[in-house]
Amino acid sequence: MKPVYMISGGITKFAKAHPDKDFRLMVKEAYDYALRDLPRFSKDMISGAVGSYFSDHFTRQLKAASMVQDFLGLCPKPSKRVEGGGATGGLCFQSAWEAVASGRMECCVAFGFETMSRVNTWKGNEFIALASDTNFDFPVGGFYSGYYAMMVQRHMYEFGTTVEQMAMVSVKNHANALYNPYAQKAKRLTVKEVRESPMVATPLTMEDICTMSDGAAVCILASEDLAGKVCDRPVRISGVGSGSDAMRMADRPHGNVILLPHELESDYRDLKYPGVHSFRGGRMAAKLAYEMAHLQDPNEELSFVELHDAYTSSEIQTYEDLGLCKYGQGGRFVESGRPFMPGVDYGLELPEQGGLPVNPSGGLLACGHPVGATGLMQAVFAFWQLQRTMEKHLGNGTLQVKNAKRGLIHSHAGTGTYITVSILEAA
Amino acid sequence: MEETGPLIIHDHYEIDYRHSYAEDSPFFLGLGKGKLLGSRCTACGYTFATPRAYCMQCGAATQWHELPLTGRVHTFTTCHYGGEAFLKETPFTLILVEFDGADTLFLSRLKNLPPDQVRIGLPVRARFTKTPTFKVTDVWFEPLDHPRGQ
Repeated sequence: MKPVYMISGGITKFAKAHPDKDFRLMVKEAYDYALRDLPRFSKDMISGAVGSYFSDHFTRQLKAASMVQDFLGLCPKPSKRVEGGGATGGLCFQSAWEAVASGRMECCVAFGFETMSRVNTWKGNEFIALASDTNFDFPVGGFYSGYYAMMVQRHMYEFGTTVEQMAMVSVKNHANALYNPYAQKAKRLTVKEVRESPMVATPLTMEDICTMSDGAAVCILASEDLAGKVCDRPVRISGVGSGSDAMRMADRPHGNVILLPHELESDYRDLKYPGVHSFRGGRMAAKLAYEMAHLQDPNEELSFVELHDAYTSSEIQTYEDLGLCKYGQGGRFVESGRPFMPGVDYGLELPEQGGLPVNPSGGLLACGHPVGATGLMQAVFAFWQLQRTMEKHLGNGTLQVKNAKRGLIHSHAGTGTYITVSILEAA
Repeated sequence: MEETGPLIIHDHYEIDYRHSYAEDSPFFLGLGKGKLLGSRCTACGYTFATPRAYCMQCGAATQWHELPLTGRVHTFTTCHYGGEAFLKETPFTLILVEFDGADTLFLSRLKNLPPDQVRIGLPVRARFTKTPTFKVTDVWFEPLDHPRGQ
């Protein structure tokens, strides 16, 4: 495999709706931003593109990525669409990585978008729920927030995780977003306000759940040779991994934990895994990515993480899958303050604040979750972190992780059916 | 651009699918007879509480396995919102049921119990519709101590 670098990125502001821009123009805005940020680069250096969007239902247009390809003036270069539920963006990023790593392309553009504002929230929830088994799961009351609520009820039962610990994730991500002008839903919250917001599916409230969004994001990936020529501060993609699990969470086994290098079998003697409390696909994705990037202990070797926090509960579950703490310790990991940004006032007591910032951007909870763009948005924020250009792109440096050397991005579909983990490093 | 309200395109597409549950059909026919059919692997013995024609563990063919009609709540939630199709049914309670003798779970609705009384480990009993629609909702659960038939 050849080394692959990210050399530029761009995003639109994620918003409830962009009635003045269709999906083609949203992508073009992000694409033009990425090109402007790379002055020595020219369009003829692009070998091809991969497009991602989740739902033809939302778009009311099949093959919409072809319309973006022509709008960007990239025809007749190679192109395809990647779709994989909530992990669509992360899969798109890795597909572009594959194109360059295999030597098939010198430079591949990954673009993603979603236009979720076109239907009301509850119709949108129905569209999303169609990404669960339509014979066995959807008819019972298909609702993703309900599925996640069942998973975290079991997490709480197994490990003693509390709703207050979940609410702390919401406080963190919404407050981080106050410094991110691309975010849709920045605000200062208290644990009490999160708990008192309307109950959606016990124990998840409105403020435990990300919102639907319109937005687009673009990443430009290149070979070492091209990256060296056109980019002053390229970022190396040093590891990629992905994993999967059964579509119906009822069908998942209750077996043994897949161990990471810094864990022991004796850590989990009594744990039945993954059950419905953990994401086996996320653990597999992390294990493969850490192996490729030669990481021994992610908690020590990562500077920050941008993970798929569609729910406060799934952020806590994902800390554990990624090995940022042991299984069962996710709630205590939030309380320790480690996943919070240093230097931001959250109105909380956080003894180890800022040890390993998770979702400094505000994550899906506060940025929004325009599905096909989300995994690429994470890559763009990670890229700017590692270039140490957050201040330039966000207009303030509050969210810049000091001396950021290595970041992890994590994209997640269904109830954990496809999950990607990619590791990015300052070159 | 001049400010206008949103243009609404009415696209209420309705499709009559010629649906077959194919290899899973005996499960749905079983619901009409008051039976819950899971699948047991003929090679490794792994037992699924759902229809799976082939074992997810070892790949061998499974055979139908009649599940007990009582089990326990493995986890639960009460949905106060939902997808549009289910909004009018809120609040409703979803549970994953665990059964003795099965290695996996079954998703269903729990009825006849106030949401604040649902708990993990609660013994439950399957109930079946008298007028089968051949959907998975032909079965639901209620607490084992609920008076039968009410």
